[in-house]
Amino acid sequence: MSETTQPTPTRARIPALVDEVRSRLTGNLGSLPVVVGLVIICVVFQALNPSFLSADNLVNLTLQCAAGGTIAIGVVLVLLLGQIDLSVGSVSGLAAAILAVSLTQLGWALPLAIGAALLTGVAIGLLYGVLFTRFGVPSFVITLAGLLGVLGLQLKVLGPTGSINIPFDSPIVLFAQSWFLPPWVAYLLAALWAGGMFTSAVLRQRRRRRAELPTTPLGWQALRAGGLLTLCALGVAYLATDRGVGVMFVFFIVLVIVMDVVLTRTRWGREVYAVGGSVEAARRAGIRVDRVYISVFVLCSSFAVVGGLLAAGRLASASLSSGGGDTNLNAIAAAVIGGTSLFGGRGSAWSALLGIAVIQSISNGLTLLNLDSSIRYMITGGVLLLAVIIDSLSRRSRAAHGQA
Amino acid sequence: MSVAAVDGPGGADPLDRVPVLSMRGISKSFGKVQALTDIHLDIFPGEVVAIVGDNGAGKSTLVKILAGVHPADAGEIEFERAPVAIPDPTASRALGIATVFQDLALCDNLDVVANLFLGREITRTALDEEEMEREAWALLRQLSARIPSVRVPIAALSGGQRQTVAIARSLIGDPRVVILDEPTAALGVAQTAEVLNLIERLRERGHGVVLISHNMADVQAVADRIVVLRLGRNNGDFLAADVGYEDIIAAITGATEHARPMPEPVYPAPRRIGPVA
Repeated sequence: MSETTQPTPTRARIPALVDEVRSRLTGNLGSLPVVVGLVIICVVFQALNPSFLSADNLVNLTLQCAAGGTIAIGVVLVLLLGQIDLSVGSVSGLAAAILAVSLTQLGWALPLAIGAALLTGVAIGLLYGVLFTRFGVPSFVITLAGLLGVLGLQLKVLGPTGSINIPFDSPIVLFAQSWFLPPWVAYLLAALWAGGMFTSAVLRQRRRRRAELPTTPLGWQALRAGGLLTLCALGVAYLATDRGVGVMFVFFIVLVIVMDVVLTRTRWGREVYAVGGSVEAARRAGIRVDRVYISVFVLCSSFAVVGGLLAAGRLASASLSSGGGDTNLNAIAAAVIGGTSLFGGRGSAWSALLGIAVIQSISNGLTLLNLDSSIRYMITGGVLLLAVIIDSLSRRSRAAHGQA
Repeated sequence: MSVAAVDGPGGADPLDRVPVLSMRGISKSFGKVQALTDIHLDIFPGEVVAIVGDNGAGKSTLVKILAGVHPADAGEIEFERAPVAIPDPTASRALGIATVFQDLALCDNLDVVANLFLGREITRTALDEEEMEREAWALLRQLSARIPSVRVPIAALSGGQRQTVAIARSLIGDPRVVILDEPTAALGVAQTAEVLNLIERLRERGHGVVLISHNMADVQAVADRIVVLRLGRNNGDFLAADVGYEDIIAAITGATEHARPMPEPVYPAPRRIGPVA
């Protein structure tokens, strides 16, 4: 407070911190529960099976996270609008089928195959968006129809063989399976990330001071950036004792960061939150609500396609079961577990990463324990339920404390 | 039409004032329901006009026509003497008419700054949060608004503070006319006083203010002029200074049918510029 002499009616810094703590305690939990949950999961599995936190297993875990997590980014977007896309699994399966068929049977070049899959995703999202905005059909129903329709399309594309292997020397397979960053590159990226965060904090600080607004101490920002850097460096060092940091995982993290910046720093992102908070208010504020809906459905399907391509690369094949099973619900569960509210308007791109980390840790840990998928499904279901209950409770608590 | 109405009841409008917004012979029906019939209304800059009337008098319909929610069936609207059409909300805003609806239309999940600038964000390469926050403080200070922080979500504010944010938001883009639909309906005593103060600030800033209200005490506290609607028709146009509570109630309830012949004697339609005999 003492360093700024501006007369704005602001609170002192310490009360602001107190407010922050109080807001956390009264329901604005943010990502706190999921981080705590993740730590508990790690501790429990490590106790049950010491190889859970081994470098080898963690490298596997990061690679397992990438595909589902990428799909979950798209789900976060539709959830932010208070809508849902139940067809992300089918769309990812269709993408895998298109990739495999065009690469092996049609002999297309990889970029062309990826382009075709992406275009299909865009078209599906566009269709959803138009159906939703023109006819007002609930997104739940549209995407349920999409789930079935796209699944049919996937079977059609795959044809009678049902399962197609992608050559192991294809770049997408190498990308997903065996490309790892040399440690120095990984350290460099971590440093760039932390440095970028700190620089942007310094720049914001300078702009705020120029605008005579209250500022937070730079030491706090330095601490955050330093913490991030330390965490990343430790992670890189540990993973480097095995294969290292997978390129596919870095790709996923970059997608999350990009989406986070887009959601928080651009007008479009602001519009997404506004529409999720109150459609009517957004409309009256002159936001073209229809465009926001359509763009989000398109992005969601596109992320599902990218996730499907990553999954196909990792398995080096596409089959009838690509995108089937629990792909769909894992992606949706990840978004919710990560802290994105089902009620719209609350959440962040980071919940895709946190949520998928929880889900894949459980799945991975239970597999290590040789437990069968029946148990895995039940436990994942229980965790999802817990996440939704936390969401609902914190929503109620926010309402009770006037923060809803 | 050009006869100066210096003898109008309650002293006429000074002749050099030009209405910023005029409605002439506005009618609107919804199916068989005739919501408005031949409504006349002038709004002058720096003046608070209260529109009062019983339920179903047509107040909200009138507001919605000005806000571009419903187009009028018949009649003319002049904005600064130029005939205009208001087919949709965007057109209304573009003209410089800002409407604060009864339900406020704020996004609970966004903070005060985001709500103030919703749909009109200041951007450079990205959102310029600092500039928006600075302007938000400046605006709220001008309105002497009591908002603890502009970085709290709307959900954390009281009813009066939300009303303040909604009104402040209407001022971004510097409108000529601000329409407030029942701004004090849901508020307690202190919060109502806060909003009434705010309305006086708006008048000082030179906005034409249209206040829709049920509450006679509020109306008499801030209005310069009181326009009564009854069953979709004009039923009186009074200067607040020299009209009693009973007169207004009488006009609202219809005890004095057409208390003042409307509209010519009080506010002759846009006068020609020039010396008046």
